[in-house]
Amino acid sequence: MLSVVIRRLIVAVPLMGVISFIVFVLSSLAGGSVGQAILGPTASAASVAALNAKLGADRPVLVQYVDWLRHAITGDLGLSVVSGVPVADTIASRIPVTMSLAVGALLLVIILGVTSGAIAAIRGGIIGRLAEVLAVLGRGLPSFWLALIAVLVFGVNLAWLPVSGYVPFADSPSGWIQSLILPVVVLGVSEIALVAVVTRAEMLSAMRSDYVRSLRANGYPWKRIVFKHVAKNAAGPVLTMVSLVFVSLIGGTILMEQIFGMPGLGTLMVSATTKHDLQVIQGLAVFYTAMVVVVFLLTDIASGYLNAKARAR
Amino acid sequence: MSAVIEGAAIQEQSRRAAERGAGFLPRLVRQPIAVACSLVLLVIVLACVFAQWVSPYEPLDQDLQNTAAGPSASHLLGTDQLGRDILSRMLHGGQVTLLGIVQAVVVCAVIGLFLGLTAGTLGGWVETVAMRLCDLLLAVPGLVMLLVILGIYGNNEAAAMITLGVIMAPTLARVVYSATIAVREELYVASARVAGLTSLQIMRRHILSGVTGPALTQISIVAAVACIAEAGIGYLGLGVAPPAPSWGNLVTDAQNVMPISAWMLVPTGGIIAVVTLSLTLLGNGIRDAYMGRSSGSAKAFSWRALAVKVSQAASPAGGGAAPLGQESILSVKGMTVRLPRGSSEVTIVDDVNFHVAPGEAVAIVGESGCGKSMTISGVLRVLPMGAHVAAASISFKGAELTSLSEREMNAYRGTGIGFISQEPISSLNPAFTVGHQLEEAVRLHRGVGKGKARQIARELMARVRLPEPDAVAKKYPHELSGGMAQRIAIARALAGEPELLIADEPTTALDVSVQCEILDLLRDLREQTGMALILVTHDWGVVAEACDRALVMYAGQVVESADVRSIIAHPAHPYTRALLQSSSVGIAPRQLLPVIAGTVPAPGFWPHGCRFASRCELAEDACRTGPIPMVTLDEGSAARCIRTDVDELVRT
Repeated sequence: MLSVVIRRLIVAVPLMGVISFIVFVLSSLAGGSVGQAILGPTASAASVAALNAKLGADRPVLVQYVDWLRHAITGDLGLSVVSGVPVADTIASRIPVTMSLAVGALLLVIILGVTSGAIAAIRGGIIGRLAEVLAVLGRGLPSFWLALIAVLVFGVNLAWLPVSGYVPFADSPSGWIQSLILPVVVLGVSEIALVAVVTRAEMLSAMRSDYVRSLRANGYPWKRIVFKHVAKNAAGPVLTMVSLVFVSLIGGTILMEQIFGMPGLGTLMVSATTKHDLQVIQGLAVFYTAMVVVVFLLTDIASGYLNAKARAR
Repeated sequence: MSAVIEGAAIQEQSRRAAERGAGFLPRLVRQPIAVACSLVLLVIVLACVFAQWVSPYEPLDQDLQNTAAGPSASHLLGTDQLGRDILSRMLHGGQVTLLGIVQAVVVCAVIGLFLGLTAGTLGGWVETVAMRLCDLLLAVPGLVMLLVILGIYGNNEAAAMITLGVIMAPTLARVVYSATIAVREELYVASARVAGLTSLQIMRRHILSGVTGPALTQISIVAAVACIAEAGIGYLGLGVAPPAPSWGNLVTDAQNVMPISAWMLVPTGGIIAVVTLSLTLLGNGIRDAYMGRSSGSAKAFSWRALAVKVSQAASPAGGGAAPLGQESILSVKGMTVRLPRGSSEVTIVDDVNFHVAPGEAVAIVGESGCGKSMTISGVLRVLPMGAHVAAASISFKGAELTSLSEREMNAYRGTGIGFISQEPISSLNPAFTVGHQLEEAVRLHRGVGKGKARQIARELMARVRLPEPDAVAKKYPHELSGGMAQRIAIARALAGEPELLIADEPTTALDVSVQCEILDLLRDLREQTGMALILVTHDWGVVAEACDRALVMYAGQVVESADVRSIIAHPAHPYTRALLQSSSVGIAPRQLLPVIAGTVPAPGFWPHGCRFASRCELAEDACRTGPIPMVTLDEGSAARCIRTDVDELVRT
């Protein structure tokens, strides 16, 4: 097990280095400079150059990158070019919002997706077909559009739920839940069917396998076969799917936060993008990548636990 | 014998490969949903491309009398908050979105096809490097990278869409790669045998036709994702700058007029939904056409469909069942097994009769595809989904199995009748240790606690002569050799102390030396316990070694049944004779083994008359006119042949 973790980390750590380096190089190629971004387009060339020199932005890209990396390792992601606030602090303050959204949607997806997929695999009939149709719809309907319709129906017309804003859990647990319901449901809904389809397909393929045939021929009760033997074999691929879904949910939070006016990492990303706040963009790119890497790492560990063969590889 | 089987396999493979390439377009055209989606996409693309001429207004024309209006004769899809015609803005905005889709798809296709094809065809270090690169790219969170690019390059949509294409390329590369590998391996098998037809040219053609379907499916998914992503960028205000329209920023406009009128949400979101849904469904259609399925034929498979439909059939014509007065542990009369094929059913086992006496070992012999395994599966009622068993009677120790419910039937499996299958390793669950699986069987069938079960499991492992039971118990099936896994499978089947053991080709997948050990083990176990045995095999050596009586099956029917000694010495049916001649039993060493010309007719294509007639040198017109009955020859032996009279002549 430890070797799986180590092997993953051997890939993961350089990956984050590569991503941050690519972002660094791309931003230096884009033209403009930190000084220009701070002082605005009307500033004189001399004052821009002076500021660049002061900030160290006139050094070669590689030197700047190594400098940034040295600080990044200690958790210092630099200062926002626009606001002057430490990037790491800004990111840390916004993590709870994005995580509430993404984890909430993930739970919804897992509970509903796996349950309906399992029911479809066991009972057959309409649920399996329905999941396939919904999976196509979920992939096809733009989530920001669905969100607007949900706001219109449940927020404006029915006035059941708040249409924007985020209430921290510490302030009011019930307010926290209310502020999350709409964005979480809209964010998760398109992925539920996808997980259901994969769950159903994996369970069906296990049900057709040679070992299930042998278990049935040797008189095992069906519940034991399905909920123990089939379930453990289907769990690995379903888990992989769920980890991919989580990555796509993290991306989806960017749109949801924007629509529902939530102060998370996504809104930070969008505002940094519009303002060309390169320090923040860099910090976020590294943070998002780290998040994905951690998710994949956890998935690998869990898969190894479920599947002896994967562990051996 | 085995040459016959391989011949059939090659035919099947080359047929599949040929069908795949040739029938792809016609099959796609036959799918109404795919065709409809293509037409919808074509209309939208044309309307957008020719927007300058098609659209009723200029995208920036304002009709200030009609702001935020619903659909009307002058504005078919209504107007926005500035009185601009929504339809016209959608058509012009579509150019931005469609261009973005094309950019992403082209970049993705070029990179993905290049990586996948080179990795798949060249192999070696190219394969390793390309696939590692794909792994690396797959770990990059897509939308984040898009925003990074937009943030750095400032609303440069082309840069964003090209980035999207790069991000999505590894998935396509993997699809192309695995399709290429599949074709390559299939071709190696076939081309190694089909003389003369080599190699590079065929390879190129086959790989292209093999890769096209999966690649197009993936590319249509990429296009759908690109459409959503482009619209998302536009919606966030990071795409083309207003007032120039794009599908994404039209949704933003719709959001802004939402307090006044919600109508604008409908066409603006609708067009994105229609395009992405059409692309997704088109992809599904391509996949179905490629896999040779008609659309929507992913029928309701489920665990429930595994419960076999059982019906009572009329009494059989006779033959093969136990003679009156002789007791039998298992007696099967007039059993027919049908499997679903498309929307109808096909008969796999046709009116089979046999019996097994207590302690007796009966072999079921025949080539692959003759229904041997399906016969025993029918008895156990463990069949593929949607199967149907009809029988006049299947009685086990006097109990009529056909009248039992699935739950009642389950009480006989494992405890009354044990089962071991052909592939020992895959017959064990890969996710649990073999010790755990064995103990589970013991606890289930003997109702004992954990500690006792462990003890009994160890005893069983000793009985099947597994060395170092404690070490073996901790292993997973894939860590065992075939012989060891088969011993575990046998031990599991013995956990319920069955009176009848059914073994489906238990030695076929094993090495010759291990085969003998397993056969010895089965014989010794029978001597110790007195259990009866049904042994499915195509190996006469196994029959001679381990069995008392043999049933020969051909094309779903029993064609001969007799005790082993007399069937080997005096086969009555021409098929039995041919089978025996093509095996090494009773033949001098170094003599060339003849093979039986032709192949077993597939289920659904069985002739009305004798099913072996087309491969039989004794066949005459009378053989082909109608079904051939089982003819009782001597005591306890029977054959389904009208020309048994000439046997002696032929034999000498």
